[in-house]
Amino acid sequence: MEPTVSFFSGFTLNDLWFLGEAALRTMWISALSITIGTVLGVLFGWVLYEGKWIATLTVAPFLDIFRSVPLIIQLVLFYNFAPIVGLNLDPFASGVVILTIYTAALVANVARGGMEAVPAPMRRAARSLGMTYWQDLRHVVLPIGGRAVFPAWVGVALGVMKDSALVSVLGYVELLKASQILITRTQEPFLILTLAGAFYFALSYPISRYAATLERKWAQ
Amino acid sequence: MIEIRDLHKYFGALHVLKGINLDVKKGEVLSVIGASGSGKSTLLYCINGLEPIQQGHVTVDGTDVHARGTDINGLRQKLGMVFQQWNSFPHLTALENVALAPRIVKGKSRAEASDIARKQLGHVGLGEKLDVYPSALSGGQQQRLAIARALAMEPEYMLFDEATSALDPELVGEVLETMRMLAEEGMTMICVTHEMGFARDVSDRVAFFHQGVMEEIGPPAQIFGDAQSEHTRKFLANVR
Ligand SMILES: Nc1ncnc2c1ncn2[C@@H]1O[C@H](COP(=O)(O)OP(=O)(O)O)[C@@H](O)[C@H]1O
Ligand SMILES: [Mg+2]
Repeated sequence: MEPTVSFFSGFTLNDLWFLGEAALRTMWISALSITIGTVLGVLFGWVLYEGKWIATLTVAPFLDIFRSVPLIIQLVLFYNFAPIVGLNLDPFASGVVILTIYTAALVANVARGGMEAVPAPMRRAARSLGMTYWQDLRHVVLPIGGRAVFPAWVGVALGVMKDSALVSVLGYVELLKASQILITRTQEPFLILTLAGAFYFALSYPISRYAATLERKWAQ
Repeated sequence: MIEIRDLHKYFGALHVLKGINLDVKKGEVLSVIGASGSGKSTLLYCINGLEPIQQGHVTVDGTDVHARGTDINGLRQKLGMVFQQWNSFPHLTALENVALAPRIVKGKSRAEASDIARKQLGHVGLGEKLDVYPSALSGGQQQRLAIARALAMEPEYMLFDEATSALDPELVGEVLETMRMLAEEGMTMICVTHEMGFARDVSDRVAFFHQGVMEEIGPPAQIFGDAQSEHTRKFLANVR
């Protein structure tokens, strides 16, 4: 039996549940893309930073494409053309692939900036203690550069989470798509969009709070 | 013993060190003086392999620093270096700054590394500042932190590159005191410095560099009282 409690004409508690589940899907697709994209982005950022001309000729233009073409175009193109090369990905997987590359492209520049933020004399000092190139990278460049660009990275992560709404064009039922479905049925756009907005806020607010706490801790 | 033979160093077309020959024996304190740009810092970087060389040899206790196959990271543990910019790691406390390299480079346990750090920080007079972040330390304290950090690797040689040049005048003394203490303990030291008082009082020998050439080397009494080279006399007349 359907619950009989309703706020408005057509909107039921079940619908709220439906939105909540969609919010979890938004969270899931974002978390996945942001995590993998960040790892890849740091790798690309390192390639850009080390600046071997061959890397600059290959990675840089590749990343520029993904940074400058609107995400919605990337999604639609990838979803429709991937099967031609034999990649049959569902909307979720397609979304993850494109959001991941998009994140990586944005994070690459952030990461490069972070590495550049570590003064060369500091790295010389680390090497003079006998640290290897990789130890210097891991114990000096990563924490110092990482802290310097952490706010920028949080900005990228929150942006990608909001942009994940675009995966709805492929039919993946995340927050925005779920809202559209409910609006069509209930004709209550204001209520539903307000709720969806509240869900987005609930997803990002803890992240920005936590980030602010970290930054305060590091600043001392 | 550090042996430098016919060392030539270029930055592109710029000939920065023009055939340096120099031996530094165990226990010796050598001060290196000379005008800015004469190649003093570069000499130190060539000794611990932070800069490659184009001709000649640098050997430390018989190991060729620039030879292929030399374990340069292992060798650098013998050669502590202190820079003009003190380069404290800002994300680590004083104790962690000093304990990091013993732990990750030498493979000491956390507890052992902390013990070493505590000891060295006490040694340079920072025993009260173990848990303080560098941002809360004065320049002089940060430079002593850098000295403790280098000493924690138990080096046999210490290279100082103008360790006091970036400090406010009132903070120079405490760092020079620490360097003097190390010299008295018998540490082998090469000190690039503009502190002529320190060079005169603490060194066994003083080397004067001029445009990539070691123009003159000798006991402080010779360099400061009876310099053979016209350039040395001119330089000293200007700094005093
Ligand atoms: N990384 C570098 N690239 C190019 N030129 C350099 C570099 N480091 C130093 N030089 C040049 O080498 C010369 C010697 O520099 P340096 O050893 O720092 O002199 P000093 O320490 O005696 O002031 C200077 O002309 C300087 O500009
Ligand atoms: Mg110098």
